[in-house]
Amino acid sequence: MKRNIMNRIKKTLVIGLIVSLSMTGLAACGGGNSGTEAGGSVVTAGSTSVQPLSEELAAVFMDANTDYTVDVQGGGSGQGIKSIQEGIADIGALSRNLKNEEKGLVSKEVTIALDGIAVIINKDSQVKDLSLEQIRQIYTGEITNWKEVGGIDAPITVVSREEGSGTRGAFVEITKVAAKDSAGVETDMTDANALIQPSTGSVKTTVASTPNTIGYVSLGSLDDSVKAVTVEGVVPSIENIIDGTYKISRPFIYVVGETVSEATQMYLDFVLSDEGQAVVVDNGFISVK
Amino acid sequence: MKAYEKAIEKLILISAIVTTVSVALITVFIFKTGMPILLQYGVLDFITGTDWSPTSEIFGIMPLIIGTLAVTLGALIIGVPTGIACAVYLSEIASKKTAGPFKAAIELLAGIPSVVYGFFGLIVLVPAIRNYILPIFQKFNPDLNTSGFSILAGAVILAIMILPTIVSLSENAITAVPQEFREASLALGANKRETIMKVIVPAAKSGIFSSVILAMGRAIGETMAVLLITGNVAQMPGSILDPVATLTGTIAMEMSYAGPTHQQALFAIGIVLFIIIMLLNILAQAVMKKMGGVN
Repeated sequence: MKRNIMNRIKKTLVIGLIVSLSMTGLAACGGGNSGTEAGGSVVTAGSTSVQPLSEELAAVFMDANTDYTVDVQGGGSGQGIKSIQEGIADIGALSRNLKNEEKGLVSKEVTIALDGIAVIINKDSQVKDLSLEQIRQIYTGEITNWKEVGGIDAPITVVSREEGSGTRGAFVEITKVAAKDSAGVETDMTDANALIQPSTGSVKTTVASTPNTIGYVSLGSLDDSVKAVTVEGVVPSIENIIDGTYKISRPFIYVVGETVSEATQMYLDFVLSDEGQAVVVDNGFISVK
Repeated sequence: MKAYEKAIEKLILISAIVTTVSVALITVFIFKTGMPILLQYGVLDFITGTDWSPTSEIFGIMPLIIGTLAVTLGALIIGVPTGIACAVYLSEIASKKTAGPFKAAIELLAGIPSVVYGFFGLIVLVPAIRNYILPIFQKFNPDLNTSGFSILAGAVILAIMILPTIVSLSENAITAVPQEFREASLALGANKRETIMKVIVPAAKSGIFSSVILAMGRAIGETMAVLLITGNVAQMPGSILDPVATLTGTIAMEMSYAGPTHQQALFAIGIVLFIIIMLLNILAQAVMKKMGGVN
């Protein structure tokens, strides 16, 4: 709990810093060459899970500021750090917390949104709670019957998303369904017999209409047609995700290097503004405000 | 007047060119995008590989090819006899008055969007297979289990979807058989059943056959409906109650989030699909030529 408060204080400080920086930036701009060099460009690179959200944010930002361009690239969270180090990108995007060894490589991190994933089961199921380890074993095919996790004696029908889906990427990463193999390459170990559904909606319909199924959907689209299990005893809710007790969630983070251009700063300010956070909510993620 | 006609002629020419150029452009685009990965990965490995794990850069599409063929074949086994029987009934047995509502209903079937078929399958067919068909199968093999998402579900929905094509084209072919054939057959002492089975249907076989080929094309290309009900599991199926993934379904499902290499691989699937359909058309034309027939 204490750590969470510290995190929040840190976050507020960071936001405050950005705001004050942007003020001075704007003031400097106003005093100098006004209008001669309007516009600029920002390149973001990194997590493919953040990419769709970044694209939406960039589109809204560019609509409002027609002189600016924001180029959104993928590559993965690790690539996001590498890109700002090498100066290829202005902003690195991560869909996980910074690792300790990475903290020295960036000069500033800004959490732009939170994402939660609910594990859902058919309404008729007796199971109420699953641990992360049980979820991992169900999705890798090690546990195949509900009786092994406190349910009735019936085979588990596993429902997953298509490869490449951001929700699947986050789910397998957090539940450790994706694990490093002997060669050190991270591989998605999802059971090959899992049913694949192409969207959050169809995962939900499948789980709602098929007995003994388990699936996962992003928290924003959870409704009464299915039952969300508690994970390690914690109910999936926005509050529990914000305070960090619900485990299957992750922050979306923007990181920047030493030099921050005026355009980059404008874009960061926009992302944390009410308008930017509205885009976050519209896309089914949790606002950091 | 002449100038006016010339202008119209040019306009028609342009329309023809636009059509041809679109086909050419699409073909060039698909091949240009998909070919590099196909060559780099190896055409044979791509087609015969049994593991489809695109995020780990393993691209084996054999399970997808088998999935598509299984669902299509199932649809033809159910749909073709039903469709031809329906066409015979409408053109030879039913009176004009009775045939009217039937024809209207079949035309309506053709107008339903495929996603609606898929949703119907998801809500009605998939649970029905799990609750009613599975127990029948379990009498023979008690270990069998299914969630309902299966080849069978896809085949039944596709069979319904291809019915309008088979019925209306076959019916046209049967109606086009000259009246003299029927009169001659009956005059020789054949009864109605013999006339239909031995004279009329054989005389219309080339038209019926082309209706089947068109229906098969539709079944192979159908995406949305099968995507919702076949389970999309890229695994070799063991029975018709097992889930499968199809070529088109995989393209549609994975395109939105695919990274660059993955996307190229999906275009490579497009190339394979393209070639399969071309081969089918060539085969169909060859068979039709050999059959000859009245039409």
